[in-house]
Amino acid sequence: MGSVPDLLGVLATFRYIGKKRRTKEDPRFVTGRGRYVADVALPGLKHVALLSSPHASALIQRLDTRKALALPGVHCVLTGEEFCAATEPLPVGVDAPLVKRWSLARGCVRYAGEWVAAVVADSRALAEDAVEAIEIEYAPTDYVTDPEQALLPGAPLVHPEHGSNVLYRRKFVWGPMEEDFARAQHRLALKLRWARSATVPIETFGVVAQWHPGTGLLDVWASIQMPKFPDQTARALRLPGNAVRVHFDVDVGGSYGVKRGLKHTVLVGYLAKKLGMPVRLIEDRLENMRGGDMHGPDRSFDVQAAFDADGTIRSLKIRALDDVGAYAGRSPLQLGKPVGAIVGPYRIGSVEYEPISVLTHKTAQEAVRGFGQSPTNYAIESTLDAVASYLGMDRIELRRKNLIRREQFPYLIPSGTTYDSGDYHTVLDKALAAADYPRLLQQRDAARKAGRLAGIGISTCLEPSGGNSAFEPLFNPKNETTTWMDSCLVRVDLSGAITGVMNTSTSGQGHETLVATCIAEVLERDPAGIRVVHADSLTALPSNSPVGSRMAIMLGGAAAGAAKKIRAALVRIGAKNLDCGVEEVEYHEGSVRRKSGGRGLSWDQLVEIAHRKFHLLPHGMEPGLQAKFVWEVPTGGMLPTPDGRIQMYPCFSFEAHIVLAEIDPATGQPRLARYTCGHDCGTMINPDIVHGMTYGGIAHGIGAALYEKFAFSDNGQLASQTLMDYLMPSAMEVPSVKIVDHCTPSPLTEFGQKGSGEAGYLGAPAAIASAINDALAPLGAAVHELPMTAPAIWQQIQQAKRRRSCAESSPD
Amino acid sequence: MTVSIVVEITVNRTRWRGSIEPRTTLADFLREHLGLTGTHVGCEHGVCGACSILLDGVPVRSCLMYAAQADGCAVTTIEGLSREDGTPGALQDAFCETHALQCGYCTPGMVIAAHALLQENAAPSDGEIREALSGNLCRCTGYVQIVEAVQLAAARKEG
Repeated sequence: MGSVPDLLGVLATFRYIGKKRRTKEDPRFVTGRGRYVADVALPGLKHVALLSSPHASALIQRLDTRKALALPGVHCVLTGEEFCAATEPLPVGVDAPLVKRWSLARGCVRYAGEWVAAVVADSRALAEDAVEAIEIEYAPTDYVTDPEQALLPGAPLVHPEHGSNVLYRRKFVWGPMEEDFARAQHRLALKLRWARSATVPIETFGVVAQWHPGTGLLDVWASIQMPKFPDQTARALRLPGNAVRVHFDVDVGGSYGVKRGLKHTVLVGYLAKKLGMPVRLIEDRLENMRGGDMHGPDRSFDVQAAFDADGTIRSLKIRALDDVGAYAGRSPLQLGKPVGAIVGPYRIGSVEYEPISVLTHKTAQEAVRGFGQSPTNYAIESTLDAVASYLGMDRIELRRKNLIRREQFPYLIPSGTTYDSGDYHTVLDKALAAADYPRLLQQRDAARKAGRLAGIGISTCLEPSGGNSAFEPLFNPKNETTTWMDSCLVRVDLSGAITGVMNTSTSGQGHETLVATCIAEVLERDPAGIRVVHADSLTALPSNSPVGSRMAIMLGGAAAGAAKKIRAALVRIGAKNLDCGVEEVEYHEGSVRRKSGGRGLSWDQLVEIAHRKFHLLPHGMEPGLQAKFVWEVPTGGMLPTPDGRIQMYPCFSFEAHIVLAEIDPATGQPRLARYTCGHDCGTMINPDIVHGMTYGGIAHGIGAALYEKFAFSDNGQLASQTLMDYLMPSAMEVPSVKIVDHCTPSPLTEFGQKGSGEAGYLGAPAAIASAINDALAPLGAAVHELPMTAPAIWQQIQQAKRRRSCAESSPD
Repeated sequence: MTVSIVVEITVNRTRWRGSIEPRTTLADFLREHLGLTGTHVGCEHGVCGACSILLDGVPVRSCLMYAAQADGCAVTTIEGLSREDGTPGALQDAFCETHALQCGYCTPGMVIAAHALLQENAAPSDGEIREALSGNLCRCTGYVQIVEAVQLAAARKEG
């Protein structure tokens, strides 16, 4: 953290923060004037289409591109032989250097959909025509698509050079787990399954690249949300970092974690450089679904809980097996993030956690909203429900008993992370009140009396925020990353207008509004007049990207830090020109005046001095008026202990979901009748943005809980390759949602803000699963696998009916 | 092998006549030939609705039509719903007021669908709004603030 003096003190009331304000971004989007990557029009632009593998695992025996290359309008047909020799493999998040991945396969393919060749032509249509003219022969080889089977001896190896299908495996024990299990009055075990799904943005991934031979510079426009993207692109292309210029002013049409297109960008960058032509690749939906490498966690849990008769949960054992598919970038690290919230919001004294990351012949996994936390929250909450059911205890009472209490913060959990602040009981109570819980119970019971299946779901979950990437050193001892900074530059020009410069792209989070609001708050100037622009990677200050619910904390903090430097400079200029010390003046809405009254200097006068009148500037002050601030993640900067304890994230938002679900007993079709979410992310910078992301996160959670699945057939083919098979919730499936706000400020951040980019999604699947199982409970049925599709629920209903009729017909 | 076909289409009240490749979709025609990039392509198989436009006043998927099929028709895109100076029209302003969008990618299609609804039904119910929007997918908003925007636009028109 820098040493900017805290000029503001405690901001008891805010001028702009937390107020209803329109966003800066919306007007250009509602009029269709955003600028997305597919809108980047360069003269002479060429188009890429891809040949993909139809096999889950095969040797490439013959690949003949001559007929394709001979077609009119075709400039290049690139295969892995040339490409892999000319570029470096893409980075792997764990210590597995022999699990090599390039954009194109060479010699063999490891999943159905893997890219084998790329065609560049005058139009996308011509490129697709040429793809069909490529001659290729495969010899199919053994494959494995089940992660448990992939662990068995003798299983086909996805990367034989690596020697195993296990990418990462470690058993952590934090706290007196053995003793707690031995002493506890009760124990139970359960298995849970979280299916492969993803955020599936409406815009697929796209990238445009242009090489300038005269300057040796590669320009890149991409729909990207990826930490270290420019560096990694340059490294793979064997270029110095300053030879790749990524333009962060491209609007990204949704991402929620998945827009990591490094393999796309290295391919297109290589083609642009090789051909000396601007080249673009815009995934079509099929390429996106099967070969875009954007599938999310695919996880099996074995959970054991040790608890007492009064409901006190003493300890947990969690085995999490995650199928990352055929290659790994940052995906194995999605088992690492949950270490920072492995006991959820509960006082649980010890934990055993065994994350296992395994390779199979499936599409590669990538980061998805929450980075593995939502599946873990689902496992923890399902365990709470199972304990309540075991003890015959009310689920809400069980949670109240185990939730960390307000006065216990800051609270250290066994895995080494300290939670900053919270008031979980109050948020839960507010959610219950807003849901009118007694009436909800009546509605459920009335529905049951009328012969329908109805259930109430509860979840109380954490959203770790302010991502500092500490899972990198935790999961890879060779990686000593302990900083994950973000930055902002604030400039005041000669006219007195303010510009904020941010250093990454944005995919709908409203960062321009965020930066303007934070600068406005510090400088006490109207945010409407503040412009916010995106640097490119060569002009950018050191920054990471909008991942890990971090931008309100990190970019907001950086913008405020830079604005505070501007404010301090103005105070110094004012004091000098009022012939007094800085302690004798006050800053008010941009002007500086003597506290004792009398003379003051206006904003315009101060700016004029800064820009033009060096003779009136305080000694040693730089002319002009601009300031940068690079902020390190609060609480960051430490490597893990030998037993794997670490401060993973600084801030912890909290959400309590209350859901009423009904199920059509004839079809198993679920319907969410009422939905309430109590939410505490500290100080909200812009409530409309926070609420929007929370609603959206809940919708995404509804999809993960009930509909969405990248299903694979037994022969390794992706069965849900289109939006007709991969079902995303529409306005008919997402109910009207009531959000209840609460604010427990974080003591670690500038305005008390915490993160909210993953809000809703981190608690919704758990709550919906809880509601479905409450609805099925009277039948003695339950589903412990997501998504809980209508057919899956229907099957459980039928089995329960059969069990019942068997029991009735068999004499005791 | 490339043949061309002459079409005449009125787009946002301006008549366009020229030759195009017959396999050009209406979405590609609008985006690449006319530079109207507000029409977005999301799935190219008619599910997501991002490419929705009005064809003679009726919302259709421009990815599922060839431009040649629009010969002689009047097309309205998201750009055509703005004011003359390019600033938001009344419905678009309601989207801004309720923050009915985040990344903006599905937004043009949503506005087109909502516009078509309000032309037919000046005071739609919550259920009618949701049904009218159900052919357009949004991954950012959970639809809540979009429904609010349509309600607001309807109420303002009423008032």
